Amino acid sequence: MTRDEIYSKVREILADTLSVDEDDIQPTSTLKGDLGAESIDYLDISFQLEKNFGFKIGQNELFPQGVAQDPKYVKEGKVTPEGITALVERLPHFDFTKFRQDPQLSRIHEIFTVDAIVNFVQAKVAAKG
Amino acid sequence: MRWMWIDRIIELEPRRRMVSVKNISLAEDHLHDHFAADEAGGVARPAMPVMPGSLILEGMAQTAGILIGHAEHFRQKVVLAKINRAEISADVSPGITLRYTAVVDRLDAMGASTLGTVDAFRSGISADPTRIAEIDLMFSFIDQNMSGMGFPEHNFVFSESFRTLLKMSEIPVDF
Repeated sequence: MTRDEIYSKVREILADTLSVDEDDIQPTSTLKGDLGAESIDYLDISFQLEKNFGFKIGQNELFPQGVAQDPKYVKEGKVTPEGITALVERLPHFDFTKFRQDPQLSRIHEIFTVDAIVNFVQAKVAAKG
Repeated sequence: MRWMWIDRIIELEPRRRMVSVKNISLAEDHLHDHFAADEAGGVARPAMPVMPGSLILEGMAQTAGILIGHAEHFRQKVVLAKINRAEISADVSPGITLRYTAVVDRLDAMGASTLGTVDAFRSGISADPTRIAEIDLMFSFIDQNMSGMGFPEHNFVFSESFRTLLKMSEIPVDF
C-alpha cells in the first residue's frame, strides 16, 4: 500500500468520523484546531483505522492520554526537553519540529495532524508485512 | 417515571449481540404531548401520539449499553459518547412493539462501537415486522478516557432499574 493510498483512505475516514468535507483536509491539518475533533472522536478514529486497515491499535499507542501530565516532564506549563525526548520515543509518528520551538503544554494537540496519522498507519502496515 | 426505554431483554450472546423489546403504551404520559391536538391558526389538528425519535435512540443506547456493560461484567462505566448514525424511517405509535437488535462492532479497553437495527411489530395484527430505524453508536468507558478526571467509585450507569431488567429477563447478575 503506497503512502498516497493510505493518505486518501485516512482522509475518507476523517471526513466521515468528523463530518468535514474531504477538501478541507490537508496533510498539515490539525485534528482538534482545524478539523474540530473532540476527545471521543480519537477513539472513533482508532476504531475506523483498525477496521479499514486490518490492524490492532493498543491503548495509548496512537493517541496517548495523560502522557504530558507527568510532573517530571512539564514545568510551568511547558514540556521540558527531557519530556520531549520521552514523547518522541513513544510517538515516532508525530513530528515535534514545530512544537520544540515553543513547547507550551496547551499547544500539544497541534502535533495531532493528518500526516501523523498517515505516518502511524504506514508504520503499522509495514510491520504487518 | 423511570428512565427505562426497553421492557425486556429477549436474547443475549455475550460480547456479540443483544435483542430487547419495548412495548409502546398510551399510558406513557409524554405521548399525550407528542403530539397533542392543536388549533393553531384556526386549523384543528387531532392528537397524534408517536414515540419521539430521541427515545427510540435511547432504547438502542440502553440495549447496546447493556450488551457492552455485560461484556465488561458491569465494571466499566459505559456512557454513550457518539451517535455515528441514526436513521429513523417511520413513526411508531401505541400498541406497537419495537425490537432492538444491537451487535458489537468494536470492543476494546477504552470503549466500544455497536451497529443496531429497530423493527416494529404491529401487535395482534401482523407478525411481520417493519424495519423502522438503523442506529450505530459509540460508547466510552469514562474511567479510561477522561485523563485522570475523577468519577464516583460506584457504577452510577448501571443502576437498580437495570438490575431489575436483567433479573426479569433471566440474565444472571453479580454486580
